[in-house]
Amino acid sequence: MEKYYGWGLPIDISTHGPEIDRLIYVIHIFMALLFIGWFSFLVLALFKFRARPGHRATYKLDHFKTPTYLEVGIALFEALLLVGFSFPLVHKVRNVFPDESQALQVRVVAEQFAWNVHYPGGDGIFGKTDIHKITPANSVGLDEKDPNAHDDIVTINQLHIPVNRPVITRLSSKDVIHSFGIPVMRIKQDVIPGQVIPVWFEAKKTGNFEIACAQLCGLGHYRMRGFFTVETEEEFTKWFVSQPPFVALPLPPVDQSIVPSPPQGEREG
Amino acid sequence: MTHTDEHPLPFWRKYVFSTDHKVIGIQYAVTGLSFLLFGFGLMMLMRWQLAYPGQPLPFIGHLFHEKAMVMGIMLPEFYNQLGAMHGTIMVFLGVVPLAVGGFGNYLVPLQIGAPDMAFPKLNMMSYWVYFLGGVTMFASFFLPEGAAQSGWTSYSPLANIATTGQTVWLVGMIFLITSSLLGSVNFIVTIVQLRADGLSFFRFPFFVWAQFVTSFLLLLAFPPLEAAGVLQLMDRLAHTSFFMPSGLVVAGKVLEVSGGGNPLLWQHLFWFLAHPEVYVLILPAMGIVTEILACNTRKPIYGYKAMVYSVIFIGFMSFIVWAHHMFLTSMGTKMSAFFQITTMIISIPSVVILTALALSLWGGSIRFNTPTLFAIAFLPMFGIGGLTGLPLGLVASDIHLHDTYYVIGHFHYVVAPGTIFALFAGIYHWFPKVTGRKMSEFLGKLHFWPSLIFTNGVFMPMFLLGLAGVSRRLYDPIQYAHAQPTQPLNVFISICAWCLGLSQIPFILNFFGSLLWGKKVDKNPWEATTLEWAAPSPPPHGNFEHLPEVYRGPYEYSVPGQRHDFWPQHMKEEN
Repeated sequence: MEKYYGWGLPIDISTHGPEIDRLIYVIHIFMALLFIGWFSFLVLALFKFRARPGHRATYKLDHFKTPTYLEVGIALFEALLLVGFSFPLVHKVRNVFPDESQALQVRVVAEQFAWNVHYPGGDGIFGKTDIHKITPANSVGLDEKDPNAHDDIVTINQLHIPVNRPVITRLSSKDVIHSFGIPVMRIKQDVIPGQVIPVWFEAKKTGNFEIACAQLCGLGHYRMRGFFTVETEEEFTKWFVSQPPFVALPLPPVDQSIVPSPPQGEREG
Repeated sequence: MTHTDEHPLPFWRKYVFSTDHKVIGIQYAVTGLSFLLFGFGLMMLMRWQLAYPGQPLPFIGHLFHEKAMVMGIMLPEFYNQLGAMHGTIMVFLGVVPLAVGGFGNYLVPLQIGAPDMAFPKLNMMSYWVYFLGGVTMFASFFLPEGAAQSGWTSYSPLANIATTGQTVWLVGMIFLITSSLLGSVNFIVTIVQLRADGLSFFRFPFFVWAQFVTSFLLLLAFPPLEAAGVLQLMDRLAHTSFFMPSGLVVAGKVLEVSGGGNPLLWQHLFWFLAHPEVYVLILPAMGIVTEILACNTRKPIYGYKAMVYSVIFIGFMSFIVWAHHMFLTSMGTKMSAFFQITTMIISIPSVVILTALALSLWGGSIRFNTPTLFAIAFLPMFGIGGLTGLPLGLVASDIHLHDTYYVIGHFHYVVAPGTIFALFAGIYHWFPKVTGRKMSEFLGKLHFWPSLIFTNGVFMPMFLLGLAGVSRRLYDPIQYAHAQPTQPLNVFISICAWCLGLSQIPFILNFFGSLLWGKKVDKNPWEATTLEWAAPSPPPHGNFEHLPEVYRGPYEYSVPGQRHDFWPQHMKEEN
């Protein structure tokens, strides 16, 4: 198996990730250069101006020009980091969502200490949910009276997505703040109770990875681990149709070749 | 107005419920140091679980109550208590009381040539309110369900539904905040009103400037947290819903709250304090380092005025950067752009101060005594802390690094080998003033070098853990596959942390030993220029034999044409 994790950044399988990684590298090179230069000056000064017999301190030195240049240089470089890297990237990740008709849509409902993953099923429409209907067997509280809910699929800690297709994930929480982090996707988003927060990402490599909770959410925070599987379209479809729907269907059978398509309208619980 | 009391005060008025700023300063410092050691002890326990998850703690593991450790194996609830209380204790009970309460109280009146603080009784009250807060926090460990366990940030709703420890934590915080507020008013009035004749603002030692700005930060930033603390207390006790949204389901049960609140409100109120609080931690440390470097390089500080303007600018800016702690809370991109810009801007004055301090070494005649070593080490350590703030201050890179060990490494570099090293420097530097005796140089160096090596051993690998994506606050770090390759680093960090603990033994020995056997010194053992060295060591009640007058700036060292290489502020004639 390919090595995903090591001492540096984990493997990156997302389409937007390389830009984040590049920014991290650029900043660290900048930090290293600045620190080495500045530290060399410090060591030189400490050696050159150590107290010793016959050496006296100089009361006031001529004004140094270097620090001013250095300050201005640092300020300009920080401006470049903001305008050249951070702003465009954040805009792309947070504001420019993929076309909903192309993307896989999925809800993730976090709770102490699991990730409930809710797919809209073959009809592409999320069923109604209601917090009063939550039971151990119905972890997101789907309403069995809503026909749209019948083909919905809910998994616990299993997020399967197809490779090379954008995914829009709507995050919500049942109880406390969690943080939905997938290290290999360079995605992390706090999940705030009372809000539904969309994030999108696209994987360009298949494999089995992890969802990690990044925000202290209680005693089980350390084991709030989800499994994140990126598959080819065929494998994904195969997995998808093998999942039991919410209600075993008395309704007309759904064409099983349909992989979830865009929801026409979705409802949040 | 040199007045000494005609009738001696009884013991408890002189040393316990004293109104003398020096006694109160010492009380603050000793209490603060004790809490630092205690808070560090909590961390050393946590480091066992992080290095060897699930293995019984040797030797002392069985001494703990079964609600904390079972057969010596730490439980997650105890781990979370240790984590929350380590943060709270180090920040609110350790560093701030030592830096502001201890150093500020002792030194500010002396450095401005005042006989005491402006409001001595308020000063005494602020210490005792702080002490109550400390007792409350400490006692919370003995509650049936233990201390607070929702992190030192106590985010709602987790903190709202947490055990009773959280209520006690909030009560403790309200004491601590009240104490800081009382103290800050006192500092501001003292600095403005009780300056010696001739001591204009630009003749202040930089430490006084740092305390002055720090006091404003405390005064303006703490009230929102005090309000937030009361609101969270109401949520917990009176079933209000300031921070609780509707429709929560906890452990399968619909939560019976009125709802309609917002958990982000807590985060805004908390960080509106807690970001200025970072500067409360760092500014006094910069002040201490400046004093020590000026004295031990035997030359004036380079760019004193630029430093003063920078510290004032930091004070203002620190109020508009708080939301960079919240970049991942679904904040809009325009809002995050604003906070990224302010975050980048606030780095500039910090760079100015750090550069000025480094340039101050150039042309000096540097004495490498223990205070100077600690003060010099502050510069690169704080530098690393500052630089590693950069990738966290940009949203794009923060997405990966947020809430990982990278963050822990970053702020610990600022506070531990940064601020705490500066505080150690200050203790070694002013110990002769406080006690009339010098601390041992040999033990001091035995304290410095291992501390320097082991703190770097603790915090440097955390950046690697963070880059690998390891979340913070994990009871068991190897549950995640992505955290397993870096586990050897956790073992290394823990060993360094325990060695860092051992490295403090020379300091403790030195501290108490020097009280008894340290070399006796006169008023001005370091040949320094600022006013505190014009008072006897230790200064009597009322501080000065004659209230000093000030004739020049704070750092007139190696002035050409002078016989001595230092020219004290209070000396009218040539020296």
